[in-house]
Order: sequence, then C-alpha cells, then structure tokens
Amino acid sequence: MAVIRATDPPAERLDREALIADLQRRFHCDVAATESGTIASIRVTDLSELRPLCRSLFWDAGCGFGGIVVEERPQSWEVRYIFLARFAGWIEVLVSLPLSATTLPSISAEVHAADWHEREVEDLFGLRFEQHPRLGDFILHDQFWGEGLAPFRKRFDISKAHSNGQNNVSWRPLLVVRDPGAFAMPVGPVYEGGIGESVHFMLETVGEDVLRAIPRLFFNFRAVEKIAEGKDVGQALLLAERFAAKSSFAHSLAFCAAVERISGVNVPLRAKQLRVLLSELERLRHHAGVIAGICESTALAVSAAHAAIIEERLLRASCCFTGHRYLFGLNIPGGLRRDFTEQQCQDLLSAVRLAAKQLETLEDRLSFTSSFLDRLEEAGVVAPETARDLNLVGPVGRASGCGHDLRKECPYGLYKQYEFQVPSEKQGDGYARLRVLFQEAYQSGTLVGDLISSLDSGPIHAPCQSRQGFALGWVEAPIGATLHWLRLGESGLVERYRIITPSFNNWLGFHVAVEDFAFQDFPIILATFGLSATECDR
Amino acid sequence: MSFWFWNGLRRGIQTTRYPKSMELERGVSPGRPVATSFKSSAEAEQAAGQCPVGAIVARDSVADLELGRCVYCQRCHFGARYPLDWKYDYEWAQIFPGAQDFAVLPKPYRKSLHVIVVDAGDCGACLHEVKQLNNPLYNVHRLGIFFTPTPRAADVLLVVGPVSENMRVPLQKTYEAMPDPKRVLAVGACAISGGVFGRSAMSAGGVASILPVDLEIPGDPPPPLAILHGLLVATGRKVPAAGAQVS
Repeated sequence: MAVIRATDPPAERLDREALIADLQRRFHCDVAATESGTIASIRVTDLSELRPLCRSLFWDAGCGFGGIVVEERPQSWEVRYIFLARFAGWIEVLVSLPLSATTLPSISAEVHAADWHEREVEDLFGLRFEQHPRLGDFILHDQFWGEGLAPFRKRFDISKAHSNGQNNVSWRPLLVVRDPGAFAMPVGPVYEGGIGESVHFMLETVGEDVLRAIPRLFFNFRAVEKIAEGKDVGQALLLAERFAAKSSFAHSLAFCAAVERISGVNVPLRAKQLRVLLSELERLRHHAGVIAGICESTALAVSAAHAAIIEERLLRASCCFTGHRYLFGLNIPGGLRRDFTEQQCQDLLSAVRLAAKQLETLEDRLSFTSSFLDRLEEAGVVAPETARDLNLVGPVGRASGCGHDLRKECPYGLYKQYEFQVPSEKQGDGYARLRVLFQEAYQSGTLVGDLISSLDSGPIHAPCQSRQGFALGWVEAPIGATLHWLRLGESGLVERYRIITPSFNNWLGFHVAVEDFAFQDFPIILATFGLSATECDR
Repeated sequence: MSFWFWNGLRRGIQTTRYPKSMELERGVSPGRPVATSFKSSAEAEQAAGQCPVGAIVARDSVADLELGRCVYCQRCHFGARYPLDWKYDYEWAQIFPGAQDFAVLPKPYRKSLHVIVVDAGDCGACLHEVKQLNNPLYNVHRLGIFFTPTPRAADVLLVVGPVSENMRVPLQKTYEAMPDPKRVLAVGACAISGGVFGRSAMSAGGVASILPVDLEIPGDPPPPLAILHGLLVATGRKVPAAGAQVS
C-alpha cells in the first residue's frame, strides 16, 4: 500500500473558480465552462502534467473522484477525469489523444480510486496506462478471453458472437500469500445458499484465518454501455433501468437527467417532487433489504425474518403505488410516465410509516442482542483515511467518516428544498455501517412523508426532444453516487453511454475490509457492505 | 434476549395460504398485459407499435401478447394511447415452447425438491424475487422446497439472466454436475428471450441457447408466487398456464 498523504477532506464549500485559477497558474491547461456552469472543463495540453494535476485536485484541493469517461471520437480519443468539487459542482480534466495513441499516463499511483477505472479502460478500449502495475484479466476474464479484443472500440461489432467459448484450463489466479501450508479457497461464482450474485472470491488462507480475499467480478458483464450505442433514448432508457434492479429508479433518473440536460427541458414541479419521493422509497426498500441480509448473515433467524417481512411489505407497497415492485417503467425524459392519486399517496405513506416504525423496533432489539453485536463490531474495519484514499461512496463511505452525499454536495432535483440529515460514523466497522443504514432509512421515511404532504398539483411530464450533445447526470443511488455520462448524436441516437456505479467504487475498497479475518466473518462483512455485483458489472 | 422468542410468537403466522388457496393481497404481483381486442386491425397495429421489445403482436383486430418477451416498461399501460387490458394474477409458468417432451418430476420429488439458482447476468430483480421465496411471507420450506448451494444435490436449476458470456461455462458446469432427473427453469424475460440485452457478443440471449429448458416463468421480474408456481408445475402439483399436455 502506498503512503496516504492526507486525512479528512475539507467539509466546507470549495471555491471552484479560485481552484481553477490556481491550476491555470501552475499547469498548462485551457479552461472552459460547459453546460451552464455545472461542469468546469480543464483541457490538459501537456500529458506529463496530468498526474500532478489530478493529485492536486484530489489531495490538495480535496475534491472527490467521480470516474473516467473514455470516448472514441472520429478523429481522437477523449478521456475525461471527473472530479467533484464539494458543494461547488463538477470539474472534468479533459485529455485528447490522436486515435493512433495506445498509451497514456496512469494516475492511479496518485489517485488510488482510479485504479479499477484504468483497468477497465485497458480491457475494453485497449488503451494502456503507463506504469500501471496490474492491467489485463479484469472484465474479460483470462480463462475465457484472449488479450487485445477491445470490445468497446467503434470497429468492434458487439452484435456478433466473438468468444471462442473455450475454457482456458491452464489459467491460474495470481496468488500473493505463498507460505508453507498456505492455500487459496475459491468461492463462487455459484454459491451462498444457492441464491447469490455471481462473484468469485479467492480466499488466501493458512487455515482458520483468511489473510486476503480477492473478489473477482464481472461475471455478469453484459456490455450495457456498448449495446446502448446506436439506440434511441427510449431503448437506452430500458437498459439504464434494467442493468441493476435494486437501484433501478436511481439509474433511470440519472439517465433521464442527462437527456434532460442535453435537451434543456424543464421538468414540471410535481414530477420533480414525485421523483424525490420515489428515490427515497427505493432507498428505504433497499436499506431494509440490506439490513435483512445482515441479520441473515449473523444467523439471528427471528430478526432476519422480521427484516425480510418489512422489505417484502415495502415491495408490495411499491407495487400497489406504482404498478411495479422494483419501480420499473416510471421515469421518462421530461418527467414521469404516470401520476398518482391522493388516496394512493396516503396508502403508501401508511405503509412507509409502518415500515419505519418496525425498523426502529428492530434496531432497538438488535442493539440489545450481544451475540449479534459481537459479530458486527470490529468486523471488516475500513479506516477513514482508507475510505478517503479509495473514495468510498454511499453508506459504506459514510460509516468511515467519508460523508459525501450528492443530495447535499451537488444537489439535483428538489433536494435543496427538503430537510434531511446525512448520518456519519467514524468507526468504519460492520456495526457502523448497520447504524448508517438504519439512520438513512429513517430519513428516507421522513422525506416520503414530507413530500406527500407538500405535493404540488400540475403536469407530470414536459415534452422532451432529444438533441445532439453530451451531458452528465448524477444521482445519489441507495448504494452511493452514480454518474451517467451520455452523448447523443445528430439523429438523437446514443453515441457513447458511460455508467459509473457506486458498487464499482466500493468493490474496489472491499479488499481492505477483508484482510486477516476468520472464515465465519466473511459473509457478515460481505452483507454489511451491501454491494451489488451486477451493478458493478453492467 | 427472550424478546426475540416472544416477539416471534406474537406476530403469529403471516405466511401465504398459496397453493392451498389463492393469495389475494395487493402488491404480490404486478399483473400482466393480456391479449386485447381493438376496433380495427389498424388500432391493433398501433398498439403493437407501442412495445419497444416486440412482445405485442397484432393478429387482425387483436393485440396478442408474448409474455416471455415483455419487460414491463409499462408503455402499453400507463398513459398509453392504446392501452392493453391488464390482469392481476401470477400463475404464469408454462412449458417452454422449444421443450420437446416435458414430463413432471417423479412422485418422490413432490414433497422434497432441491433447487439451485444460477445468476447468469441477471439485473438482480429476478434473483431477489427467488430469494423472497425464503421470506416468512412465502416460506417454501413448508412445501418441501429447499435451496441448495451445490449442484450435486439439486433437482431443479433456476436460471436468471440472459447468460452473460463470462457465466456460460459456470452455468454449463452446474448443469452437468446435477444428477438425473433434472429440470431447467428459465426465470424472467432475460432468461427466456434475452430481454433488453438481447443476443450479443457478451450475452447469449436466453438460456435455451445453452441448455435444454423445460419450463419458462415470464415476467420482468416474475413475482415470488409465479416462481413458486413454476416449481410446483415442475413437480406436477400445479398445471402450467398454457394448456399444454403434461405426461
């Protein structure tokens, strides 16, 4: 592990203009504000300055790291490094390369959070990052795919089968622990009581203690971003909504936000309010599900049953309210597909209030159950410095003192107008994550009540013509910050669609929490992270 | 900590009565669009045109439905110009159209069925609905249905997702490790037809291109009771939705 240079980021508002002026003084770069000031674009002209510039943004200025967006334009590569200037909007660092370029400088030695982003770009575009220590065998698993495929290049035809369908039996995982008696226990991708997402873990162990656990993801890789290319907005929306169902509303909202920003549509007030309402309903349901998973992982059966009942009741309430248990088919660019009656809102409110009350009872009982607490406390600790270093987002980050929440730090929709608290803990263990989940669930329940009592009457949809252009849509999904970067071409078809998901960010930090632990703690740590493999894989 | 015990008792039995009687609580199923008659064939064509995945087929003046393709985008439902009728039920499992000779599992499996689930590129919805079957509100243990992590002990393979290329080999290996007799159930639109992901270099576009599928459970995702219905059909305790012959 490299040395960590800074601790807590400044909590106060960053002065983006002063920051950019300072960067302009120190580096060779051109600055342009795009999209009515939501994103400030810094074009780096000297490639050797990319690393110090990114370091300066992430560590000295305390910006959050969003992700990397690579785009193959007709004449050049455009690589965007997206940073969040807290409370002051977004900053993108733009690098243009000729199409013949095959390498660019790696920033992940400075910004560790960029590690997986660079590995992904190398696998999917074939662009190599100089000095990156571990490229290859990431999304395209080496036992199935050869090197150099680059499926996200424009010349690659995704509609045809390319795999040879062969299992490369000579493939062996890269193991780090090489002591006498040490061995690796493979878990997955088909595991966990028969009902688990497809993830593979390599548990490197010397017997009872596991020294390292390396997750191997992307079994669910369906190339959503690539198959969206060439589709119209309506078709791409189906993909945005269906690649990760547990936060489908958040993802469809981020996609619609990007389309609306390109088209310059003003969403009617009632639609904005209902979107907040539905986002919070989804958050509440998601957190109830994660809490049920945590209870189940500790084998406290009665609490698991109670939490699971709360979740299923919320699923049913969602279905009665919207017509779909996972909130599919509601968002459309420009607003919502359907409206709700006063009676439906009141029914939902009583279901949400009941769920919040039952969750409070559950938390109260759990906090008096020592056998449960023993298993969560000090399990899977992520220190605040590490969380900052790896830019963890969502409840996992907030349990480690990294309290970033896009609803507060870069408000979208109507979040500015509503009061809510963002919980933050310092311990960073499993119990801290559970507390954050409970607190966020209560806040969501309260927000649903506030929204229903203040609903505007009016239209729920404004006509939205898709136009040429590009934009970023951002949403605080239940698992954390998600960014959808979209470019629409001349005829309104998708040219490039990039989804940066919170699970992708947080899986990178998972290995920190699973170092030197006992075998039986593994499912518990996994459950407290509450990550989705399919959201990471896309 | 005796409060867990008392609390559990005080809540009473909340489990559904299905399959003894139908579950009528609202929200257990999102329902499904059904074939709808329109005034003219032109209107039926218009209704079919609303569907982004080609699940609606116009036959004369009737807009017929291939539920296995439906992804629940609601475009033929809420705010639609030509809305389709909607039916709130959940017994949707049917014999897979390509299945040659489906036979229910032998009698010993009726009260003891071991099920393995493989997530082959699923978005998480179908998988979550399968998981809900262990929820006390459904509690499939009472019916002798058990989920198992090992294919060697499994009688039924539930596949969710369109089969991503990285999961093709694990799925095949799982199937080959299962002892005979075994049945394969495709759960959800993605597993049946590829859903929104379709067929591409990274997705096989449905389970049928990899394994012999016996039953399909349409829906995106099918609600827990629809999946339960599928498992009961596999053991001959319920009849499939479409009137196909069961030997």
